[in-house]
Amino acid sequence: METVIGKYNYWIYISLMMIGFYAMIAKKNLVKKIVGMNIFQTAIILFFISTAYKKDATIPILVKSQEVINPAQYINPLPHVLMLTAIVVMVSTFGVALAIIMMLYKQYKTLDEDEIIEILKKKK
Amino acid sequence: MNLTEHASILIVVIPLVASFINIFLIFLKRTLCYPFFLLVLGICVILSIDILSTVISFGTLRYKLGGWMPPWGIEYVVDHLNAYLIVIVSSISFIIAIYSKDSIKKEIAKAKLPYFYSTYLLLTTGLLGITITGDIFNLYVFLEIASLSAYALIAIGEKRSVLASFNYIIMGTIGACFYLLGVGYIYIITGSLNISDLTRLLPSLYESKVTLTALAFFVVGIAIKIALFPLHRWLPDSYTFAPSAVSAFASATVTKVGIYVLIRISFTLFEPRFLTEITPLSNMLIWWSTIAIFFGSIIAIGQRDFKRTLSYVLIAEIGYMVLGVSLGNKEGFIGAVLHILNDAVMIACLFMIAGGIFYRVGSRNLEDFTGLNKNMPITMAAFTIAALSMIGIPPTAGFFSKWYLILGAIEAKYLISAATVVFSSLVNALIFFRIFEKIYFTKKEVIPQYTFRELPLSMMIPIIITALAILIIGFYSGEIISSVIKFTVPAGF
Repeated sequence: METVIGKYNYWIYISLMMIGFYAMIAKKNLVKKIVGMNIFQTAIILFFISTAYKKDATIPILVKSQEVINPAQYINPLPHVLMLTAIVVMVSTFGVALAIIMMLYKQYKTLDEDEIIEILKKKK
Repeated sequence: MNLTEHASILIVVIPLVASFINIFLIFLKRTLCYPFFLLVLGICVILSIDILSTVISFGTLRYKLGGWMPPWGIEYVVDHLNAYLIVIVSSISFIIAIYSKDSIKKEIAKAKLPYFYSTYLLLTTGLLGITITGDIFNLYVFLEIASLSAYALIAIGEKRSVLASFNYIIMGTIGACFYLLGVGYIYIITGSLNISDLTRLLPSLYESKVTLTALAFFVVGIAIKIALFPLHRWLPDSYTFAPSAVSAFASATVTKVGIYVLIRISFTLFEPRFLTEITPLSNMLIWWSTIAIFFGSIIAIGQRDFKRTLSYVLIAEIGYMVLGVSLGNKEGFIGAVLHILNDAVMIACLFMIAGGIFYRVGSRNLEDFTGLNKNMPITMAAFTIAALSMIGIPPTAGFFSKWYLILGAIEAKYLISAATVVFSSLVNALIFFRIFEKIYFTKKEVIPQYTFRELPLSMMIPIIITALAILIIGFYSGEIISSVIKFTVPAGF
């Protein structure tokens, strides 16, 4: 029980990631695949952010009057910074994927994977 | 300002900035875009050679970005392996940039050409960045820059390429995300992202499950990015339907840089003994790559489309490199690193020839290759050299790396892997001799009467350069090994 409740943030990250992974593999609609991809990536953000957390810690801003700096008082800012970069990467991946989906829709007039494969088979 | 001192940062920043300047050049003068594009890649080649010669004479280069001390700041580290890959990537990108002038005009609309050049420069930036950085998170960012521009470049090809590109996005994102998770786990356990810092911190943590998880995520993520068989599904479609210049560039560099990342993670981040003694990874990768070589070759026989055949041959070649890296002895490693160079040149040459034939004949089907010798004798001569090298006939480059790989496999007592490499060479011989027969030895009555002549000069020269490079690398492979590759072999072999 302790491993489930005590580390619930990691369980949420794993289940979110698996939901996204499932959608990427099993969904037939291309937009749903992309949404699955986004959930998958968001799960990773959650993972990184939760690693930075410390109990009873505050935001990492130094007060000038304070002389002794105790690292345990502040949450780790580095994973947040990494995730800012990762979010930018994810947004651009999403953008490229949406552009590709638009091109696909112009070509095939459908966004269903099975129907596209059907059209491709007919052409052969 | 001393140029040599800043060469390692300039080689990444120049193509990055140039790719945006190139878009604004459209408003100034459209015809300037191509010369500018070529100039930038030419500068990259000069810088890369400068870096290589500095590394050979003075040893490892370190560049601190913004003056921040590592491990807090991002550090660029260039040792022999990096410098070697930087030269390969920048020269291949320059050669294919020359080739792309005429070849791409037939495949995309004229108005979109400057955007093609910009995306191409971004891909070069990403690949050079991966090879030059000494920080695992920075590597992820460059990996995504390279992948995103590769998705876009592949999607501008034929009609089917869009679907191929979509599949590549899905697979590539899974690969990159796995890599990012690996970075996360490494960060949790060590609190550092700098590769040389991690080399120091990790050995005491080898028993930890977190380290093992990180390694598993890294290896699977990279295996997707380099299309190691069963995870290769995105590759054949993407490289078949992409524009010829893009197939040549991506096939020659993207997968090789992936192999580089695998080498960095297995031998710089971790120690060789971690892969052989503590985890069974090395053993696993040997069998995995043997299967990849076997099936890549088998599937390649059944293809009728020339570019698709080459894609499957490439999948087998990736198997070679992974095999050499994971054998864990000096011969195998030298073979793998030499094969990175050889395979980059050979596959670039073959894909350029495929593009050249498509340019003239308008088909990639092997049936339409009959009697091409009459119309394109020089291209076909280049094809013969590249194909012989792919098979592994002695004076050409391909022979030497395969020789080292087989020696390494025998020394490590993996006779089945050695036999598979020989088998795959025989299959390559079957594939390419079948094409030779069509080109050179068909009866006169069957030959269709084409009226075209040789390829335009801008496509001809890169093909000749790469074909000659195959021979030159073959003759000088001893020198390449003793001056560069010898130093890349990790300690403990």
